[in-house]
Formats: sequence, structure tokens, C-alpha cells
Amino acid sequence: MDAVRLATGARIPENGHCLSSNRAVPVSVEHSKLIYEALKQGGVRLVSALPETWLVHLIRMAEDDPEMTLVRLAKEEEGIGISAGAHLAGVRSALLMQNHGFLASVNGIVSLAQLYRIPLLMLISYRGGFGERDPWQTEGGGVTEELLRALRIPTERLDRPSDVGRRIRQAQTLAESALRPVALLLDRDLMWEE
Amino acid sequence: MERLEALRAIYPELEQTVVVTIMGAVAAELQSLGHRPNFFYLQHAMGLASSLGLGLALSRPELRVAVLDGDGSILMNLGSLTTLARYRPPNLVHVVFDNESLLSVGGFPTATSTGSDLAALARAAGIGNVASVGELEAFRAAFSAAASAGELTAIIAKVEARGPTAYVTDLPLLENRFQFQRHLKQLRRPPRRAHRKR
Repeated sequence: MDAVRLATGARIPENGHCLSSNRAVPVSVEHSKLIYEALKQGGVRLVSALPETWLVHLIRMAEDDPEMTLVRLAKEEEGIGISAGAHLAGVRSALLMQNHGFLASVNGIVSLAQLYRIPLLMLISYRGGFGERDPWQTEGGGVTEELLRALRIPTERLDRPSDVGRRIRQAQTLAESALRPVALLLDRDLMWEE
Repeated sequence: MERLEALRAIYPELEQTVVVTIMGAVAAELQSLGHRPNFFYLQHAMGLASSLGLGLALSRPELRVAVLDGDGSILMNLGSLTTLARYRPPNLVHVVFDNESLLSVGGFPTATSTGSDLAALARAAGIGNVASVGELEAFRAAFSAAASAGELTAIIAKVEARGPTAYVTDLPLLENRFQFQRHLKQLRRPPRRAHRKR
């Protein structure tokens, strides 16, 4: 399978399009590993993802793990259907997406996951907040939390490494007891190292 | 070909298949033939039946999965064809009933009525085994062949733009969902017994 490229230019655009230099993207490997290990400990065996700069290590970890099924998507809303199928089939899953991917998934969340009471564990990289330099991320950043609230999706931020394991465990527990989607917002303070 | 007749032709084979349908006519017509606990009707979320089928097929490779899709639905999620082709679960057959219209909302023509070719799109997406059928016998044969093909199969079945008079059935969505999940749980292969000592 194709790998996500990990290099970027000196200006460090976070959109992942600039692949010319060898400089590694300053996305935290250590914190990505904390997240990945928490997913594994929670029994997650299927991850659907659409590549995003902050998610590159997580996606690679899923790809390198023979126990994990990684589904690379064309559009994030597909992941809602895939996770629903996995749940009905008895497999725990998680979704890795950017907040714009969450915006693109809203009908699937409402008309499949919520209508049919499907637990979803959504890990959403929270772009467009304080510290964002990419202008194109800023509008989506501004509406993400309001939209999560409007959809009544229980949400916590993941911003400190000490909280990662516990929050992921708790999020998964609530999703499965409520049979509803839950969201964890992967924060710049956790994911981006500069 | 009438879609109801096409469903009737494969109905016996569906007994051994995990089935996901789209909303509207397909769900109502299949239920009119007789609901079974291995049938799941995705009554909304247009476009996601194929994705849900992919999740089922990847999660339970020992089960045979059939997605009964429609032209209006798959046109909303064409990217799904590329994802299906990428992971190509051999236990999945993706049937698209193409009546060239959005029948349940008044029959407005879809793009397949003006030449968009779903079979060509599926092939171009990378699905290797694609059948395009317009007659009942050919459909029945293609569906049976998919079971033994050992690879992901897409069947584009041209059907008349006719459907049932009512779309709401007396099976509540959540009853269907929990019954289906419980059924799949029961289908789990029992753990292999220890070798019997003589």
C-alpha cells in the first residue's frame, strides 16, 4: 500500500502538500503512539482514515500492525458506513479524520450512526484553532465544536499526553453504553511539536 | 426486468447471505418477499450501503455479503467504488439496481438516464469482476456466479422504474438493526473443539 509522505518544506505548511524537502513534519510520534496504543488496548481492530498531516504517524502505525485492518477512504463519510458494518459484525473500530472530514460526514453520522444507534469512536484532528497558520483551515476550525454540540456528540479534547489513555478508554465506554458517536478532538498541543 | 422479479429470482440464495439494502423500493420489495434476520435495510444515509457492506465483509471474511444498491444511492458515493476496489473483499457482491431514476421521490431521472455507465465506472474504479445485465435469467446467473467467483463482484442490473405503492413497512428500524446484529453474533463460528482423545 502507498505510504503517506512525511516530508515538508521549510515553511512547514501543515496541509501535507509540500513534499520537496527531507525535513520531517513535526508531528509527535510519541503522542501518536500513546493514542495508537490506547486504541489497541481498547480492542480496536479496524481503523478507517483519510490522510491528514497530524494523522500520518497514526495511519502508518495502523498500516504496520498486522492485527489492524486499515481502510483508506476516498471521503470520510464512507468511514461511518464502514464502522457501522464493523460494529454490526462484532468488530471494534475507530475513525481518524480531520475536522473538515467530520464536516463532510454529517449526514452519515445523523442518518446512520445516530438513527441506528451505532457507537462511533471519532478521533478528529482539530485544525483551524489558535496557532493555525494555514488560512484554509480557519473556517472549519471555527465551527467544529459548535457543530459537535448541535449534533449532541459528547466531545473531549486530547491536549495532554497524561490524559490520552484514560480519555480514549472513557470515550469508547460511553460510545458503547450509549450506542452513539463520540468525538475526541486531537489538539495542536498534543499533535504538533514546534 | 422488474426489480421485484429480480429480487424474487435470487431470494432463495439470500438465505445464506448477509444482505444490506438501500432505502425505499429495494427495502420494501425485499420485505414483501419475506423478511429474514440476515437482512439489514439502511433506510437513510443514501450512498453508505456499499460502505456498510465493505465494513461487514472485511470484519467477517467467513460470511458472504450482498449489497443491494441503487443508481441514485451509488451516485452519491462513487468514491466507494474505488475503496471497494482497493480492498476487494472476495466475499462481497455489490448489486446496483439501475432504474435511471430517483423513484421514491417522484421518478426524477438520474445521470444514468443520460449515459453515465455504472458498469464502466465500476471497472474504471478497479473492480475486476463486473457484470452488466438487463434480463432476469442473466441476473440470476450473474448473482450465482458471484458466489463462486472468489473475488469482489459488481452486478449492474438495469430494471424498470417501477416500485411498490408504499415504502414504510411494519419493521421498525431499530428492531431490524438489533435483530441483524444478534443474528451475525450467532453466526460466529464455534470455537474449534479440542481433538477428542480415544
